[in-house]
Amino acid sequence: MAQLFSRSSNAFARTSIVLVLILVGTAITILLNTNRLKYTSDVEVAKQQPVPFSHKHHVTGIGLDCRYCHTSVEESSFANIPPVETCMTCHSQIWTESPLLEPIRESYRTDKPIEWVRIHDLPDFVYFDHSIHLSKGVGCQTCHGQVDQMPLMWKANTLNMEWCIECHRAPEKFVRPKEEVFNMTWQAVDDQGHNIQAVLGARLVKEYKINPSTDCSTCHR
Amino acid sequence: MSSMTRTAHKDGLELAVIQERLSGKDGQDYWRSLNELADTEEFQEYVHREFPEGASELSDGLGRRKFIQLMGASLAFAGLTACTRQPKELIVPYVRAPELMVPGKPLYFASAISQGGFARGVLVESHMGRPTKIEGNPSHPSNPREGAKFGPTDIFTQATILDLYDPDRTQVPIWNAKPSTWTRFRGSLATEMAKLDLDQGAGLRLLTETVTSPTLAAQIQDLLKKYPKAMWHQYEPNGRDNVRAGAQMAFGEVVETQYDFGKAKRVLSLDSDFTAVGSASVRYAGQFAEGRRIEDGQKNEMNRLYVVESVPSNTGAVADHRLPLKGSQIDGVARAIAQALGINAGGGNTYGHDVWVNALVKDLKAHQGESLVIVGDHQSPSVHALAHAINHTLGNVGKTVKHTAAVEASPVDHQASLNGLVSDMSAGTVSLLVMVGGNPVYNTPSDIDFKNALKKVPTTIHLGQALNETSQLCNWHLPESHALEAWSDARAFDGTVSIVQPLIEPLYSAQSAHEVLAMMLGDGRQGYAIVKEYWQAQRGGATFDNDWQTWLHDGLIPNTALAAKSVRLKGNYGSPVSSLDGLEVAFRLDPTIGDGRYANNGWLQELPKPNTRLTWDNAALLSPATAEKLGVKDDDVIDVAVNGHSVALPVWRMPGLPADTVTVHLGYGRTVAGRVGNGVGVNAYALQTSNALWQAQEASVSKTGQTYKLACTQDHWYMEGRGLVRTGTLEDYTHHPHMIHEMGHVPGEDANFFNGIHTSEEGHAWGMTIDLNACNGCNACTVACQSENNIPVVGKEQVLNGREMHWIRIDRYFKGSLENPELYNQPVPCMQCENAPCEVVCPVGATTHSAEGLNDMAYNRCVGTRYCSNNCPYKVRRFNFLHYSDDHTESLKLGRNPNVTVRGRGVMEKCTYCTQRISAARITAKVGGQELKDGDITTACQGVCPTNAITFGDINDPNSNVSKLKKQNRNYGLITELNTRPRTTYLARLTNPNSEIAQHG
Repeated sequence: MAQLFSRSSNAFARTSIVLVLILVGTAITILLNTNRLKYTSDVEVAKQQPVPFSHKHHVTGIGLDCRYCHTSVEESSFANIPPVETCMTCHSQIWTESPLLEPIRESYRTDKPIEWVRIHDLPDFVYFDHSIHLSKGVGCQTCHGQVDQMPLMWKANTLNMEWCIECHRAPEKFVRPKEEVFNMTWQAVDDQGHNIQAVLGARLVKEYKINPSTDCSTCHR
Repeated sequence: MSSMTRTAHKDGLELAVIQERLSGKDGQDYWRSLNELADTEEFQEYVHREFPEGASELSDGLGRRKFIQLMGASLAFAGLTACTRQPKELIVPYVRAPELMVPGKPLYFASAISQGGFARGVLVESHMGRPTKIEGNPSHPSNPREGAKFGPTDIFTQATILDLYDPDRTQVPIWNAKPSTWTRFRGSLATEMAKLDLDQGAGLRLLTETVTSPTLAAQIQDLLKKYPKAMWHQYEPNGRDNVRAGAQMAFGEVVETQYDFGKAKRVLSLDSDFTAVGSASVRYAGQFAEGRRIEDGQKNEMNRLYVVESVPSNTGAVADHRLPLKGSQIDGVARAIAQALGINAGGGNTYGHDVWVNALVKDLKAHQGESLVIVGDHQSPSVHALAHAINHTLGNVGKTVKHTAAVEASPVDHQASLNGLVSDMSAGTVSLLVMVGGNPVYNTPSDIDFKNALKKVPTTIHLGQALNETSQLCNWHLPESHALEAWSDARAFDGTVSIVQPLIEPLYSAQSAHEVLAMMLGDGRQGYAIVKEYWQAQRGGATFDNDWQTWLHDGLIPNTALAAKSVRLKGNYGSPVSSLDGLEVAFRLDPTIGDGRYANNGWLQELPKPNTRLTWDNAALLSPATAEKLGVKDDDVIDVAVNGHSVALPVWRMPGLPADTVTVHLGYGRTVAGRVGNGVGVNAYALQTSNALWQAQEASVSKTGQTYKLACTQDHWYMEGRGLVRTGTLEDYTHHPHMIHEMGHVPGEDANFFNGIHTSEEGHAWGMTIDLNACNGCNACTVACQSENNIPVVGKEQVLNGREMHWIRIDRYFKGSLENPELYNQPVPCMQCENAPCEVVCPVGATTHSAEGLNDMAYNRCVGTRYCSNNCPYKVRRFNFLHYSDDHTESLKLGRNPNVTVRGRGVMEKCTYCTQRISAARITAKVGGQELKDGDITTACQGVCPTNAITFGDINDPNSNVSKLKKQNRNYGLITELNTRPRTTYLARLTNPNSEIAQHG
């Protein structure tokens, strides 16, 4: 019986195998990296808020401490978004006529809360705690970026699990002295401007007994 | 029972075969159920399938085509979700933040929850203003626990939180079946009250349940002062009438009796389930268990409990000697005991148990002043009077027994009070009936026709949390605020007053009893003012405001317990009861849904009932021999008839029930309860008559030929033998301390195939012990776990499929004869194996081992292969087959624990030693620069346990409580021969039998 396929079909088959492998590989790479994209994770995307609150103005311009508004950040899982009352401590005196602040005044008058859009939104099956990170020397800036330079709030990092684990596996690369956690301009450099994170990090990890767990139940329950 | 099916009955095995199998077992053999003993092919297949046939398939008649369409759609959506962005989420902060609240951290408020009128002290956990979990107040006398953060509670207190969020609660006042408003009610009430002014309120009747609240009592007195011809009636079907009548008979006055089980070395219970029922059950269960605690080298004495009972109870399960007798025979036995102690009672009859009774009497005589006799509420007044006499004769009064004035504001006979009201109503002399709570159309004996009497009253008003059989027939149904929504006060079993403070504004347009009374009095005050002003008048003074704050903080008003009262015996013990041959019906309130008031509470409906392990139904409980005699088996429907009334009930055979007794639980068969409770079970009040409330002789039974499937959980999660329950007598144990270890086999360290991966000595290593000597199977752990971990309710159909979701279950075992077996209860949570069989078979790494020894379960990672459950020898993993959690009902969302994921469909779930609590405690310690101390973490099951049976802690810390307990010779693990190295271990049960009662019984 004559051969069903000609010789040339061997080359075709080999090429197809290679092509399929490349195709599958590419597909997997694309799928895996989709979630890392800034586009899909909303990194550096400022969002419309009911009031265009500027961290840049309040932190760099006026010099407010993070904890003036985010009151529970050192003792609770949740850093706290301040009640309208907090805004009104100043804004009952200054910018009292500003149309931009009308939603604030209206909320205070009518007792109807303001609905802010969440920027740092972890999936509901992730249980994150601010207090423990601060007490172990993780600065606000480490996760939230240069908030002091953001006119409107955006996310500086993906908050993907991969990104969390990066620090949980090697905290020495990220920790800073506890007294500097709220410092937005702190850098791990010595007087000569050399980066000392490696030495400093290793020392702090020992000193603060930093031992972050990578067990599932640390964040998922 | 309309849903009853007329299927042909499967032929189970006859009793003779079971008896034969039983006689083949040696003394140390335990059995879980009659099915296991019979060991039919069906049972074999049931066990080996793990889930019943068809449990993995859709059963609601969905066609194949429709199924494939749905699957196709959901697969497509499943694929798409990975590519969508997270939905927009809002943060809605306060406008003005409340004081003390730290967002993200729970607050605890002391309050009190009343059952049957009596307060239990509680600490309520509140997340951002939402009450989510109830713990006991450890400094409250009803549930004390020294040195602990939380005190114990019982199933009803735990489940109250679900009642608060019950979507079937009434939301606005209802006038003649139409929605109305409080303003209109006030107007209507004012007109009615004005009419009453003309004749001093002659037509006004107030019907309440038991009232211990001093404020409410004062308001009622004010009302009666203003309307001198008005009358106040009380009715609650809980059998306390006999307690009051017994005291009246014995002493000529109504007194409250308190017991101190901590000082009692010998206890006799005459049909009393004191460890699970009653206003002080949590306290008593704890004291009693403390008296049985054995510590090697420290304490090797324990109390001894004799129980004579007509229905196997939690207390009967922990007895050293249990004597099952018909309810009508207990009077004779009580008289025989009294006579033997020299009390002039007459009519004694031991019903052939002379040896038992004589040994008991001898033992009691040898422990004068350190024994006590307690009687079940539903036993006749004579038995109560006899017990009082016995306690007095034994010199127990002032030591283990204490009498005080009555705690109730007005200790009347409820049945008589109700009868009086009904005859006035029928006679047409009542023009306005105001009911504060209660459900007399449903929960009264069948010979009391409250429903027709109600029709003769021109204006009827009912205040209640939800529509029920009674409020449905009233002109006005007013929504009542829940105990967590309103100001009030209440007294505990010993008279201690607690202020009830609200945790949340009423969810709906609801008012409290105080506020409705105030409307009737025309003073219009709100609850806070009413309660506070009452106490200001009582205890006013310069420091009142400070005192008030202290009372609220502590959850009780100090020195309000009633003082001991001296009483004198009258020597009156009524006339002896003649126990007739033939069938007898024993009525009891249902152990999980009470008199029916918890019928719409899914947690309590699905909670397996103690000893029978039935869910979602009541049944006619029969002893196996009686069932055989009547020719009926489990699930057969019989007509039970007594005193001219009859109801059809499915049969359930209960080993350990006395012969010729049909036990029937009240509280089922509600028709207006809500979406959970409507049409569940059979209304047994229809069988009850007011002349024979709790036991009715001369009953008869006839077969109907129908069957009805009961949902019993006992054969689910079957572990197939292997020394699971280990017991011994105290004497044997003292002489031979290693007897418990010798009952099983633990492989050595070198047997470890995986090279000792999970036995780190660094850091914490969490472990748990469960003391079977303390556990009485009260189920509180199961409900507490359900509340803490957002565990869904699945419904009867799903329970029949073996899909109940409880993370901690109570296994029940029998040992010995069918007539009088020993009963054992064993709580089984996840064992957190060091060599966990579940972990190695998970294809996606969703269940992994944590460094501290937990079997972590990452729900978001689980794809639902169920391999882990299949490989788990302890059967403690629960698979969410359908989407059991209710995502749609807004009110239910409020009650969930925000620190635990609400699991979806297709996910395996399990106990992780309350890992959210471990995490919270660890973070608090670290942030504060401290090390975690023993006792910083309390698991939900541990905290709630009335008997302190559960101990949790760090087994790497040699000084922790759990480490010390694990060193006890009573410590053993389940199925350790598989080298699973479980972190949860058990302390064997010891009994302290009287050697003179030769055959244990």
